[in-house]
Amino acid sequence: MAGYKMHVLICGGTGCVASASDTLLSNFKKVLQEKGLENDIQVVKTGCFGFCEKGPVVKIVPDNTFYVQVKPEHATEIVEEHIIKGRKVEHLLYIDPETKERISDSKHMDFYKKQMKIATRNCGFINPENIEEYISRDGYDALGKALSEMTPEAVIEEMKTSGMRGRGGGGFPTGLKWQIARSYASDVKYVVCNADEGDPGAFMDRSILEGDPHSVLEAMAICGYAIGAENGLIYIRAEYPLAIHRLKIAIEQARELGFLGKNIFGTNFSFDIELKYGAGAFVCGEETALIHSMEGERGEPTTKPPFPAESGFWGKPTNVNNVETLASIPVILLKGGAWYSSIGTEKSKGTKVFALAGKVNNVGLIEVPMGTSLREIIFNIGGGIKDGKKFKAVQTGGPSGGCLSEKDLDTPIDYDTLIERGSMMGSGGMIVMDEDDCMVSIAKFYLEFTVDESCGKCTPCRIGTKRLQEMLEKITTGKGTMKDLEKMKYLCNVIKDTSLCGLGQSAPNPILSTLENFWDEYVAHVTEQRCPAGQCSALLRYFILPDKCIGCTACARVCPVTCISGKVKEVHLINQDTCIKCGACYSKCRFNAIIRK
Amino acid sequence: MAKVQSLAELKKLRERIKSNIDLREKGNNIEEMILIKVAMATCGIAAGAKTIMNSFIDELKKEKIENVVVTQTGCMGYCHSEPTVEITLPGKEGIIFGNVDEKKVKELIERYIKSGELVDGIIPNNYKTIE
Repeated sequence: MAGYKMHVLICGGTGCVASASDTLLSNFKKVLQEKGLENDIQVVKTGCFGFCEKGPVVKIVPDNTFYVQVKPEHATEIVEEHIIKGRKVEHLLYIDPETKERISDSKHMDFYKKQMKIATRNCGFINPENIEEYISRDGYDALGKALSEMTPEAVIEEMKTSGMRGRGGGGFPTGLKWQIARSYASDVKYVVCNADEGDPGAFMDRSILEGDPHSVLEAMAICGYAIGAENGLIYIRAEYPLAIHRLKIAIEQARELGFLGKNIFGTNFSFDIELKYGAGAFVCGEETALIHSMEGERGEPTTKPPFPAESGFWGKPTNVNNVETLASIPVILLKGGAWYSSIGTEKSKGTKVFALAGKVNNVGLIEVPMGTSLREIIFNIGGGIKDGKKFKAVQTGGPSGGCLSEKDLDTPIDYDTLIERGSMMGSGGMIVMDEDDCMVSIAKFYLEFTVDESCGKCTPCRIGTKRLQEMLEKITTGKGTMKDLEKMKYLCNVIKDTSLCGLGQSAPNPILSTLENFWDEYVAHVTEQRCPAGQCSALLRYFILPDKCIGCTACARVCPVTCISGKVKEVHLINQDTCIKCGACYSKCRFNAIIRK
Repeated sequence: MAKVQSLAELKKLRERIKSNIDLREKGNNIEEMILIKVAMATCGIAAGAKTIMNSFIDELKKEKIENVVVTQTGCMGYCHSEPTVEITLPGKEGIIFGNVDEKKVKELIERYIKSGELVDGIIPNNYKTIE
């Protein structure tokens, strides 16, 4: 038997599964069977391709044809046309948003051209539920190499050379973290994988766990060897059922082949991994809160020191690393720390995965070298702003980050440049905003999130964020004063300086950065009671243009408070005193006779 | 499956299973690959294209030629000369050979694929593929 002649790779990430890629997969199998091709064409369920905007995604190899938004019923057409007759199915190819041309080959898409995949190297390439495919991609080589050819100190040294910094948001050097954990002598130590991805709009860690779970398991075992731990724990939120499912399969397979368990690779090193489920609280991404949650306590942070490296899970030395950090480690060990440190900027090495979301054409998951500019990410890879609107801001780092404006577009992004500009790397969420987004409302949205997610243990965060939210509420309803803006700035700095953990310390960032970059917008809300983006409903006024109104009565009929008066075929009028600004008339009018300002 | 006891055993295991994703690895560098497309429409299959495809794969394996992708395509329109194959050497135009039998497969590998020497059976290309 000569094997398969073509592979059909179907995305099995959460996004594509939600658009029925599962049914698509079974349809493909059924059609191929009907045509007697099941032994010639292999159908593979892979992890996330990153191109979530146009999912479900199907890639045919070896010719790399990239089909987008494939529905279950398209399976027959692809098999009959592409696979049997060798003709590409034109209408399912990706259309370049700029040139409007159909692109058949994923290698020629701007989205992929500028990326460099290390942490997500196997996502969209292998079947995550099959350990053999991971092994074929040099899987578990790094663990074997570490155990049989390197001392734990040498592994740590290699990590230090690589310059890798924690991808969870803090940016602490990983090699140093391991060294500190190693330095505490103890009978029991723990390696913890932090998979409590909590930023709104971030899905890097989930996609890695869904697309390449073995890379994380392998790295955890390597870390265990380096710091002298035999126990691994993955703290993952229960809202990630698919990632949990694939992790369970992966752990089972790794145990079967002896990559987890006793005497790994025939050495006297033993290591095993257990899953711990979180209920999905933002604060549990903070390592001390995470550890308390694993112990069955309330997910609340405690003061550091002692750091988890000294006293963590059950009071034992514990090393906590983020999913993305771990996923890069096998590659670093195989290719060398020096190779990794040749990528990126002076102080931030390697690549970073970003979850691109918001008003950008190509929503999805991308991985780029550190130092890539926002312009390249948003306009080249991201394909620019949706519907040809104007770029206004990009929010990085989730609720702990800030909003950057047009003037920051050419900044090379790394940990330090982002902090310099009042934002932060965070875990890598990137939300793009256009001219229709009101920056005050955006700041309010993030504050509402932190108010909800604040654990309540320390006063500045519990009460301070609530007061900030109230001030923003005042401003967006046109009741704010210039004094409020001053007070808000002062309170922001107090919260930053006095909060117990990272959540409170970074919670004011969305306000501070928007105050800095979009001061005029705040002033317009306060002094003119006007929302320049037209988003704050309380500040809007709806008017009927007399020359355009034909008196069709549609607006009057849809108004829930009957504040629109006028007879048939006569110009209508909105009573500003009773209008609740719901906008129903605005969307109902077919003659563009209603304006808002 | 038995436990992997050493790095050498892992490498041995990888050798055995690597071919499963070979096609995908090669797809990543498709422009550096020798591409062999076998026409597998009804006419081709009736004339024995499946056997030809398999013998290409087997012979290439025997000869240890690695930088090659064997895949299938549809009817190229030369039903009179099935089975037909199109061979594209890296950086060159594809050339179509007709009436390929197992003997021809060996000859194509030995002469055209290995040393770029043209052999009998070329069908003049009268169309262009739109990429």
